[in-house]
Amino acid sequence: MMETIFYTYQDFYTHTKGVLYLLMFAALFAIALLWRFLSGRDDEETIE
Amino acid sequence: MSISRRKFLGWIGAAGVGSTLGKSAFAGGGKHFEGHPDSFGVLHDTTLCVGCRSCEAACAKENALPVPDKPFTDLSVLQEKRRTSPTAYTVVNKFDIPGRKTPVFVKKQCNHCLEPACASVCFVRAFEKTAQGPVIYDESVCVGCRYCMVACPFEIPTYEYDKALEPRVMKCTMCHPRVMRGEVPACVEACPKEALIFGKREDLINIARDRIRKYPERYVDHIYGENEMGGTSWLYLSAVPFHEIGMREDLGVTPAPELTSGALSAVPVVVGLWPVFLMGLFAISKRKEAVSREEMEARVQSVSALAEAKLAAAMETAQKEKTAAVAKEVQKALESAAQSRTKEEI
Amino acid sequence: MSDNAAMGAKTWLTPFNVVTGAIIIIGLVLSVLRFTMGLGAVTNLTDDNAWGLWIGFDLLVGVALAAGGYVTSAAVYLLGMKKFHSAVRPAVLTGFLGYALVVFALSYDVGRPWRLPYPFIMQQGTTSLLFEVAGCVALYLTVLFLEFVPAAMEWLGLKKLRKLIVRLTLALTVLGVVLSTLHQSSLGAIFLIAPSKLHPLWYSSYLPVFFFISSIAAGLSMVIFESSLSHRYFADKMDEAHLRENEGVTLGFGKAASMVLAGYFIIKVMGVAGGDHWGLLGTPYGLWFLVELLGFVALPSLLYAVGVRNKDLTLIRWTAGWTVLGIVVNRLNISLVAFNWQLPSSQRYFPHWMEIATSVFIVTVGIVVFRFIVTRMPIFYEHPEYKDIH
Repeated sequence: MMETIFYTYQDFYTHTKGVLYLLMFAALFAIALLWRFLSGRDDEETIE
Repeated sequence: MSISRRKFLGWIGAAGVGSTLGKSAFAGGGKHFEGHPDSFGVLHDTTLCVGCRSCEAACAKENALPVPDKPFTDLSVLQEKRRTSPTAYTVVNKFDIPGRKTPVFVKKQCNHCLEPACASVCFVRAFEKTAQGPVIYDESVCVGCRYCMVACPFEIPTYEYDKALEPRVMKCTMCHPRVMRGEVPACVEACPKEALIFGKREDLINIARDRIRKYPERYVDHIYGENEMGGTSWLYLSAVPFHEIGMREDLGVTPAPELTSGALSAVPVVVGLWPVFLMGLFAISKRKEAVSREEMEARVQSVSALAEAKLAAAMETAQKEKTAAVAKEVQKALESAAQSRTKEEI
Repeated sequence: MSDNAAMGAKTWLTPFNVVTGAIIIIGLVLSVLRFTMGLGAVTNLTDDNAWGLWIGFDLLVGVALAAGGYVTSAAVYLLGMKKFHSAVRPAVLTGFLGYALVVFALSYDVGRPWRLPYPFIMQQGTTSLLFEVAGCVALYLTVLFLEFVPAAMEWLGLKKLRKLIVRLTLALTVLGVVLSTLHQSSLGAIFLIAPSKLHPLWYSSYLPVFFFISSIAAGLSMVIFESSLSHRYFADKMDEAHLRENEGVTLGFGKAASMVLAGYFIIKVMGVAGGDHWGLLGTPYGLWFLVELLGFVALPSLLYAVGVRNKDLTLIRWTAGWTVLGIVVNRLNISLVAFNWQLPSSQRYFPHWMEIATSVFIVTVGIVVFRFIVTRMPIFYEHPEYKDIH
């Protein structure tokens, strides 16, 4: 995203936590999708 | 509603491409931060301060703060310990130390920490540690939550509680506009005794070390602000232990952001893993429900099968008994018929 | 004709309405003062004590006591404990109103409440735990609203919309637990920034865990507490299932609360050991810490256990009230009593009567709205047209 040097913890954390918040939203969506995918055919018989 | 395998993989792929991160270089490698290079600071040599309050006057003038009830030339205010206020970014306090002929005077204001607690806790980023050194406040975004006041270990930020519409956090700015113009802060310029000197923080530390080395009987061997709370831009020298002049020596050297970074780093892990655990619990409890339902049905079936088997056995027995009884009756009838025939013949 | 009008006036002037009405009028007057003359006119806040009763009680206690929503939803929808089902709607309502009141109270406390959306729309202070609390509370309030709104829709007859939202129940429940874990613990974590201001017996790197675990006990106890009051005053609104399940809810939640409080007690003791603070227990603050730990954590854990074992519903209900009080004590200790403990008494904070009155006003508004909703919407009973709820 950017080539920056961080001189302080404050700047470093501001950047990383910002990225992490975005990732958190993405993670919730991804997990929800995965669950839907896994449960999609729960009513059908399993293939033995 | 279920989604197809292809669709799902397509979405994940798109998300993956979109989240490619760039590289960032850290100063010093690993996670060690040394602050902005060549940033400025102020060295306050309290052994030189005479408590004239010229710095207070200059500060109030520079920042257009309201004129106080007692003028800055009134030194009687020094009889009480004061803290910063919405109309006083800086105050000078007097400390009478037992065993010393003259009192010690100390100027107090924002220490412009290298890792300010106020900046760390502000949820709208209203505070910024500038590359030049001053920690500045942006009143245009401040919501007035006052977490900065709770966080500051030096108890510096103040609040305009008497304003209804535009209350602000008030604190020393290290005259950032002046510093940007290449000037020194107003208080430093006003000090008649050079108890305040402005310069690069690294240089000031060397100057301070030099003074301690040259006059060991004059100074306590410690530069306050060199490491406290991870280091501050305002540095102090003193003839007496710092706690005797109202400066806390139990603050430690941990920079403010490190105090909460542990708790903060747990947040993404909770978001990432809790849904997995919770859906796991859900699936397990659903499975348990299904299993107990199946077991219940199986039990009902076996009970009814048992009942049917019993019934069938009972019916068979009854049938057998009936057949046997009938056969017996037939036998009896045949025997009595045979008996009566034999009687007739005789 | 005039007799009926007189009757109408008489039925409005119930003791409840008179008392709450008076409180609300006083509250409105104080609100005008607060917003026209500033915080200084109605509070005892100072530069040394920037957070007072409105943060310590309205925010911290309010959020902890609203935890019944996520706890009950999780028990019923994630752990499949169907016998608690009748407790879900009252718990969700209490939670929703609790969080709504927290936001309402916050608009009194912050200097520029119209700027409350700023962290989301202007600049993000991502290093701040308060940013995380603000985001989580905003999202969770939405979750609670969506969990509550089917009841309102049944009242309004909005069948299709209700069906759509009910399909979200599982996702909302999971999200509710995730968000609650985060903001309950983060409210404790916000004090980590001030080790020099919080007494060592209360300051611990485990503060987030302490807040989260105690919020579970608070939620469980509030459900028991609220249901015992509701059974007293709204029994005529309760259907057979609700009345029948109440004993099971009281016993089940009491059992869980006993265990959670015991766990909380254990980790608090470990916190003391970890900091080697045993010597502090003999100081005045230490004795107060022991009062909180033994009287309001260990004791209710034991009383809950005895109550559950003996199936003593009355004991369990009183213990629930006591536990709720204990949560109040704990949150006020951390924010007001043990905070700034080193300041001389002349600089310590005690709330202004107007702060207390405002808090009472805010809680009263909550109770009045609660009563409005439960007397009209299917909270304590299942609407006959919507018996498809599991």
